[in-house]
Amino acid sequence: MTIVANYNYWITLFLMVVGLYIVVARGNMVKKLVGLSIFQTSVYLLYISPGKIIGGTAPIIHEAFSVYSNPLPHVLILTAIVVGVATLALGLALVVRINEAYDTIEEDEIFAKDGEP
Amino acid sequence: MSRDLILRVVGKLLLPFVLLFALYVQFHGDFGPGGGFQAGVIAAAAIIFYAIIFGLNAAKRIVAPAIVAAMVPLGVTIYAGVGIAGILLGGNYLDYFVLAHDPVHGQELGIFLVEAGVFVTVSGTMTTIFYTFAGRGR
Amino acid sequence: MVLLSLMAATTIGILRLRNLFAVVILGGIYSFLMATVLLVLDAVDVSMTEASVGAGISTVLMLGTLWLTKNEESVPVRQPILPAIVALVTGGALVYGTLGLPGFGDPSGVIHHHVVPRYLNDVLAETGVPNAVTAVLASYRGYDTLGETTVIFTAGLGVMMLLGGRRGERKSEDKDRRRAER
Repeated sequence: MTIVANYNYWITLFLMVVGLYIVVARGNMVKKLVGLSIFQTSVYLLYISPGKIIGGTAPIIHEAFSVYSNPLPHVLILTAIVVGVATLALGLALVVRINEAYDTIEEDEIFAKDGEP
Repeated sequence: MSRDLILRVVGKLLLPFVLLFALYVQFHGDFGPGGGFQAGVIAAAAIIFYAIIFGLNAAKRIVAPAIVAAMVPLGVTIYAGVGIAGILLGGNYLDYFVLAHDPVHGQELGIFLVEAGVFVTVSGTMTTIFYTFAGRGR
Repeated sequence: MVLLSLMAATTIGILRLRNLFAVVILGGIYSFLMATVLLVLDAVDVSMTEASVGAGISTVLMLGTLWLTKNEESVPVRQPILPAIVALVTGGALVYGTLGLPGFGDPSGVIHHHVVPRYLNDVLAETGVPNAVTAVLASYRGYDTLGETTVIFTAGLGVMMLLGGRRGERKSEDKDRRRAER
């Protein structure tokens, strides 16, 4: 258990924290969505990293190999990626509609406009 | 963008191969990396590429929005239909063993059909989303 | 390891830049780096999906949104101290969590011993499909994939309902009025 052996996990956590920070701290909605996708991709890394076996190969069965990486996280993340882009598209559609209604994509300005009338 | 000669020529050269690659990824997904998701996204990317280079209307003439919108539920129907076919042939829902006389062939057939359904839905949805986003601005 | 460090650098760039166009392009670069890392980790299918979905479709959609909205992020008015504390506390908890994880690439990890040996040993005899990822996706976990296809269908439907129709007349009048008031 050295730092080098767990470098993957450290970077994954770093990405996760940065993504979370962007989502919470930034008021711009497009930037929030970018932060959300960073958070999401860090989760992909978190799932795939433990599935790797050193000396293993991609999980496509062939008699020349005997050690394979774990296919189960791959399947789960495959679905997660496609669902992720679907939710991203829905979020962007909402951003476009908000921009049409309020003429801004900054959270603070929207709150200010809601307080006006 | 429409006067970009190099982009247009290269785009015309590349597009058939992109579509061919999508089909390869779809049908070779059983043996190598690939499958319905990837193939659907690559096919949708080819259409989006065409729309960016030659304009949205040119793309809509080739791939009509109505067809693309119909593909979205069609894929889910194919997927669910495979499951119901399993029930009708005496198995459980999404049970592929009964689809052919040999259970292994049944599995192969089931996986193939399901991947086809996924391909149809994913490519249809991605293209539809792009069309609606691009058509919004005018 | 170099790739992972590059990814970390890219996220800092995304965090600091205020031009949204640059942010979106950096997001595309980030996705490509992620796809390469996944390839190194032997997840070929996932890598392919991430390259086409994350770097391709997402970037196009983001650019489309920027075209419809605005290109610059305004300067934040509040000091983001509370979000930083929240993020750091979460990060600390997660770091504590990793201390219990098995080392990287260790074949004795728990996740390699539950259902996975059965998938890998029997997949060829049971389904005739050598790619274990495809077989598990479409056959062993067929219900998952059905639900997931339905999610995509629903998202497509939602986008069509939100943006599909013509721009309502009342809305644009409303916008004009708001512009005139300012």
